Amino acid sequence: MTQTEFLNIVMPFKDKVFRLAKRLLVSTEEAEDATQEVLLKLWNNKAKIQEYKNVEAFSMTMTKNFCFDKLKSKQAQNLKIVHSNYEDKNITLQKQIELHDSVNWVAKIIEELPEQQRMIIQLRDIEEYDYDEIAEMLEMNNTAVRVNLSRARKTIREKLTNTHNYGIK
Amino acid sequence: MVLNNIEKLLKKYENGETSLKEEQVLKNYFSSDTVAPHLEMYKPMFAYFLVNQQEQFTKDVPLKTKNVFNYKWISVAAVAVLLVGIYLKEPLKSSYNDYAYGTYDNPEEALNEVTKSLAMISNKFNKGAATVNYLNEVNKGTATLGYLNEIENTTSIIFKN
Repeated sequence: MTQTEFLNIVMPFKDKVFRLAKRLLVSTEEAEDATQEVLLKLWNNKAKIQEYKNVEAFSMTMTKNFCFDKLKSKQAQNLKIVHSNYEDKNITLQKQIELHDSVNWVAKIIEELPEQQRMIIQLRDIEEYDYDEIAEMLEMNNTAVRVNLSRARKTIREKLTNTHNYGIK
Repeated sequence: MVLNNIEKLLKKYENGETSLKEEQVLKNYFSSDTVAPHLEMYKPMFAYFLVNQQEQFTKDVPLKTKNVFNYKWISVAAVAVLLVGIYLKEPLKSSYNDYAYGTYDNPEEALNEVTKSLAMISNKFNKGAATVNYLNEVNKGTATLGYLNEIENTTSIIFKN
């Protein structure tokens, strides 16, 4: 398999891999590294790529597992991937504006969801995969995906309603 | 009418029962400007989804075609070495026999030559051994030192008392 052939297979979903990694790892740099790693792994195993039924789903599963490994190793080192340590203590004007930016609320709410729900929201509402594909990627069954998705959506809606009605964070 | 439909879809959406097409309808509705006031809070959510769809991976991936070392070539090299070895060995073997070593065909002549050279070796050896004889003098000297033991005996007797 040549480089161009490989890129033709990988190009359509590399952004999806990146976004899923970012959803799990939060930081853009970490997500970029993870994506690179996943693509390199695919490239190194390019001989086997024809055997996979669905390369895209396979890559997504790989990404998920890779990110989980990353998160676990970070926890073991007592390092948090969330970049809370870089935060400026002063509430700047910028921050205040950000707080009022409701799109950022959504990002924050999603960040607070459990990892599984986060992934499902990512795959369904952003990447628009159908349930069977998501089930395959996450190695879950179809119903569990729906249940988790429903929970995640309800949580997001509740929190958004609260913020919207009372202006509490 | 539209609003009714949207509300129904939202309910289904929350239960995870909407199809991708229906979700697209919701996304379109909430990205338009005519969102009903009591549904305003959904707007940022769908806006966020749409924004996040655009994010792209821009980093380059270094795809190196690594050269896997092919072990088959080792056997090829081995065969080549063997061939060269055999080729070089053949002509040398015959030339050695002809002139490399001086050999005698006549046994008597050979015996004479051997005794001659062995006699020479023993001659030279005896010459060397003779000079070593002086070492015997040293042994004599150490023998006289034995008297010192007598002194030691007497001193030990004195210190005992």
